[in-house]
Amino acid sequence: MNKFPLVAKLNMGKLKGRRETSLVLLILLLLAIVTLRSPGFVSGKNIQRIVNDTSILVMVSLGQFFVILAGGIDLSVGSMIGLSGMAASLMNEANPAIPAIVVLLAGVVIGTALGTLNGFIVAFGKVPPIIVTLGTLSVFRGLTFVLSKGQWVTAHEMTESYMKLPHGNLFGISNLIWWGLLVSVALYYLSNYTRSGREVYAIGGNKTAAKFVGVNERKINMMIFTLSGMVSGLAGVMWTARYAAAVNETATGFELQTVAACVIGGVSIAGGSGAVPGVILGALFIGIINNALPVINLSPFYQLLIQGAIVLFAMLVNTLSSRRRAHKLLQERLS
Amino acid sequence: MGETQSPMKEEPGRKLVSTTRLIDESSLKERLILLFTQWEVILGLLLILVFAYFINITPYFLDAFNLLNTTFTFTEKAVMALPMIFIIMAGDIDISVASIIALSSFAMGYASANGAGTVSLVVIGLLVGLAAGLFNGIFVTKVGMPAIAVTLATQSIFRGIPQAVLGDKAYTQYPASFAYFGQGYVGDTFIPFSLVFFLILALVMGFVLHRTRFGRKIYAIGNAKEAARFSGVNVERIRFINFALMGLFCGIASVLLTSRIGSTRPNIALGYDMEVITLVVLGGVSISGGKGNLFGVLMAIFLVGYLKFGMGLVNLSAKAMIITTGTLLIVAVLLPGFLNTAKSWRKLKRQQQVSPEKV
Repeated sequence: MNKFPLVAKLNMGKLKGRRETSLVLLILLLLAIVTLRSPGFVSGKNIQRIVNDTSILVMVSLGQFFVILAGGIDLSVGSMIGLSGMAASLMNEANPAIPAIVVLLAGVVIGTALGTLNGFIVAFGKVPPIIVTLGTLSVFRGLTFVLSKGQWVTAHEMTESYMKLPHGNLFGISNLIWWGLLVSVALYYLSNYTRSGREVYAIGGNKTAAKFVGVNERKINMMIFTLSGMVSGLAGVMWTARYAAAVNETATGFELQTVAACVIGGVSIAGGSGAVPGVILGALFIGIINNALPVINLSPFYQLLIQGAIVLFAMLVNTLSSRRRAHKLLQERLS
Repeated sequence: MGETQSPMKEEPGRKLVSTTRLIDESSLKERLILLFTQWEVILGLLLILVFAYFINITPYFLDAFNLLNTTFTFTEKAVMALPMIFIIMAGDIDISVASIIALSSFAMGYASANGAGTVSLVVIGLLVGLAAGLFNGIFVTKVGMPAIAVTLATQSIFRGIPQAVLGDKAYTQYPASFAYFGQGYVGDTFIPFSLVFFLILALVMGFVLHRTRFGRKIYAIGNAKEAARFSGVNVERIRFINFALMGLFCGIASVLLTSRIGSTRPNIALGYDMEVITLVVLGGVSISGGKGNLFGVLMAIFLVGYLKFGMGLVNLSAKAMIITTGTLLIVAVLLPGFLNTAKSWRKLKRQQQVSPEKV
């Protein structure tokens, strides 16, 4: 994967040929193009706005990343965001006296429980993740409607402190960005420096081999789906608080964006390869595109098409580059 | 193999495993257990249960006209379920089918707005569906990307095109005769055209799956892709044909749906992919491939269709239906595993009971 042969040659050693490097270059190129149309786009304030907009996507994509890494997929993240966000908002509406941080915690716990349910069915029912999460995608969404009785929770029904959760700021950076950073750092640590994290890679790489070296697949499956639910729960609270509204359709179709972020970030959909920084960059890439569309005068209705095309292209690049790598390895071995 | 007696008599002092056939498979009880743990029979019982329940609580359920008319609401999904059986049977999946409908319907709407007649509309609808299926097929089999990945991307692309062009607008102008496909009846009867058409398609697809070499090859691929390849099955070609068929049938479904509702919006058929996959999996087709038959899916189609109809009659909300189908999907994939575990547990129990006295 080397789109800019000249530039990439300047980068030495490990940086060369890595997905993260080319993504950073691609993002810079994208920013440059948009800046030509609208010089204000790369101002510090706007950049912070884009990162803020993308923080939720970053969190949930990282949860999705672990599931895809193990060779699965979690299609229910959008519905988990919707359900836990709605539950937290209803709790906030019903009893404004409860501190916002407790409501936040409740949202995370609900998301975690939903994720654990997914993990339980996958791990103990031996059902493919795509089918389980396809089912819970509708079950969770339906439960959201049941819980809310079809009603919305609007801004004036939420407490000030609840809506402050993502909006408040620390050292001039919004809480939402801090949350995104916290999740990123924690999951980077999990993936690279813990036994469980490496076991996820092992399962995704070769399930049978992983089993023979003593990786407990059930435990890992429970962990990754619970994790995906946990970040979705956090994202649900942040989403409803940020937009000051809990609607029943919150985050419908969001699962595609999270998978897209992973794929653009170089995660193989077949599992076993990919890394946290790539996923974060992939999510930021999507965030920049979404924010750039109105600037270059394209209607938001183009978003779906552009996103789909980018995902297809990124997957094509992933497939071809991994094939080229395999080919190269084979030739090295033969010579 | 179900005999209790082995021709070889037990020699004294030697235990022969073959003489201790643990479960007498020819007995009535065992036959009944075998029968009622068969997936199609369970579905049939469920269907009877649904009928009995709704007949009991509402007088409007058991009415020939109602029962026939309600098939309008699920024949499109039923048509899509047929090639989906092939796809899932061969171990693939296609989650772009609802978007193919949107794309095909959009093409028909565009053509109709530019004065195309009914026949050319149908041809356009089918061709666009086929083209979308070929697109998926090329990426899955020629480029070699996983089906879930390709169709996840094309899910956005195929629906993204109508959304980008139409935005929040819609095509609503269709020729009057175009309405026949999704709204018409056969002759002077109350039998919907779309139902008859679906049944014919089901017959054809059932024949292909269960009576042709092509069908047997699909089973072979689903059971062991590599083994099928080594025994001379052109795996990639068959998977490619499957995706092409899927596209074509989505085109057919799109004609039926567009004709029935008489308009094309970008969100047409949203969520159908999940429902179609549910039907197929509920029908007993194993998602890991190689298991199931078309008859089971047929049962599942009518089961879900009439369950929804009944729930609608007693004023249960659409959301309750969504929860029901989602739960059904999960239960349907969990249950065969449980049944198998229960069966082998029972066998083990028998073995433990029998062996001490024989020793």
